[in-house]
Amino acid sequence: MKPRKARINWRSQLMGMLLAGPYLLGLLVFLLLPLAMSLYYSFCSYNMLQPPLWVGWMNYRHLLHDHVFWRSLVNTLIYAAISLPFTLSLSVLLAVLLNTPLKSQAIYRTIIFLPCLVPLVATALIWQWLFNSDVGLIDYALRGPLHLVGGALAWLARLFGALPSTVVTLQNLQPPVWLGEPRWAMAALILMSFWGIGQTVVIFLAGLQDIPKDLYEAAEMDGIGAAGRFFHVTLPMLSPVIFFNLIMGIIGSWQIFDVPYVMTNGGPGRSTTFYTMYLFDNAFTNLRMGPASAMAWIQLFIILFFTAISFMTAKKWVHYA
Amino acid sequence: MKLRHRLLVHFCLLLAAVAYLGPFLWMISTSLKKESQAVQMPPQWIPHPLQLHNYVRVFNSPAFDMSLYARNTLIIALLVTLGSVLSSSLVAYSLAKMQWRGRNVIFGIVLASMMIPFPVLMVPLYRIFREFGWIGTNLPLWVPAFFGAPFFIFLLRQFYLTIPKELSEAAIMDGCTHFGIWWRIMLPLTRPALAVVGLFSFMAAWNNFLGPLVYLTHQSTFTLPLALQFYQSRSGGTTYNLLMAASVIVITPILILFFLAQKTFVRGIATTGLK
Repeated sequence: MKPRKARINWRSQLMGMLLAGPYLLGLLVFLLLPLAMSLYYSFCSYNMLQPPLWVGWMNYRHLLHDHVFWRSLVNTLIYAAISLPFTLSLSVLLAVLLNTPLKSQAIYRTIIFLPCLVPLVATALIWQWLFNSDVGLIDYALRGPLHLVGGALAWLARLFGALPSTVVTLQNLQPPVWLGEPRWAMAALILMSFWGIGQTVVIFLAGLQDIPKDLYEAAEMDGIGAAGRFFHVTLPMLSPVIFFNLIMGIIGSWQIFDVPYVMTNGGPGRSTTFYTMYLFDNAFTNLRMGPASAMAWIQLFIILFFTAISFMTAKKWVHYA
Repeated sequence: MKLRHRLLVHFCLLLAAVAYLGPFLWMISTSLKKESQAVQMPPQWIPHPLQLHNYVRVFNSPAFDMSLYARNTLIIALLVTLGSVLSSSLVAYSLAKMQWRGRNVIFGIVLASMMIPFPVLMVPLYRIFREFGWIGTNLPLWVPAFFGAPFFIFLLRQFYLTIPKELSEAAIMDGCTHFGIWWRIMLPLTRPALAVVGLFSFMAAWNNFLGPLVYLTHQSTFTLPLALQFYQSRSGGTTYNLLMAASVIVITPILILFFLAQKTFVRGIATTGLK
């Protein structure tokens, strides 16, 4: 009996691997081999034209002293740290609003979802035009309110005996040159990230619809108000979905490329140079594959690090029903 | 719900709708203006006169052969869709329904590799594709799709697990091979899930920018997003009326696809986040 059983196993083993074959082959050629190559290149000086030359830890050491590298790392962290909490909160809020029983919900849902269908290059162009100084729509919309606020502040400043120059500055309060000033360029990119949350909203919406109705009924019977129900029923029940979106957001923010590349090309200065942009520049503009590969491996470890942290803290706040 | 609450929700959603729709409307409005109208203050929402000629200019612009780029993009997107649907479902079937040693390890690798973003691999992949002589062609953009995409394999495997074992066991009794079961039973049964995979991979390929930017070298092979960026950098970024017209042209096919397959879309996104 024994050899026969072994033969059957061997047969299904072969068949199973055969059907999984495309992936196994792809895994080898498009994942494992590139990972190994990039690890090797990260210890080499290599420009794609001459064969790679082993230089040890030099690429990593140089990156440690490369201020553009640090700038791109910090820019990416700042973007993620500000944009992720806000986009996640807004997504939950919108999902809750979209989950209320109204007749026109289908239209609202579609409208909020539409922006994430737009190719990011087109998104960047649309917003570059909206953020245009002088003739941009946002600039125009801000002028009126800023004039009012500025006037009021100038009046107050004069009342408290501020310097005349301060009063004049306040009276002439202008909208920022969004894409021309380092801080405002980053602010513009973060503001834009609110436009593309449709996918996250739909995921939350599905999560909301999975929450059993009797939980809300029980809470209502206990005399818990709408706010209480949101914080004690909705949020805990939604926490696994929030966790999922958080992880996706962390991984995603290390890949940001298209929008800043088209919209600001990393500028002004290096204020919107994101991690992936600098990696791309190193690799395909400067043909410095060594540092680019070192950056790739550092990126892998950073993603791993943040994901691990999320998983470790998850026990405290993610509630699996 | 009380009327007061209902009105409040309506108000908030209306506000959101204006904010989300506004940029689209402004894009369309600008695309129908003359250059002098586009920079006019205060801004006009409804252009007068309508400058439909912008679209003709974009289509006939020598630096921007729209129909060629549309064809390039469509070919890549269709091949990617075909490749991901076929290979991902075949692999997912093997991982979900067949008994072989190591399949759980492979599934673990599938999960882990979902976390590795393309930028991490782009340098060595460029080198590999150059070795193949593929740089400058569209091959690097669609051939890998025929080797399975981790995310879709994961999605479909979860889907196949819900299909009762008896079905495939009965087919094996009748002398059907595993390949036959996949082709004749699983593919038709899982059509909704395959539609989701197809739609998502089509979208991703249509909107892909970094891939074409790295691999495509000749303007005649450009895809729409790459061409749009090229058009912008060429025009110096001043002719926003034409840029917006080009953007409208690039976005429209995707919007049409969305309205045709809205249900599949929403169901797809909903399942990706929860399983």
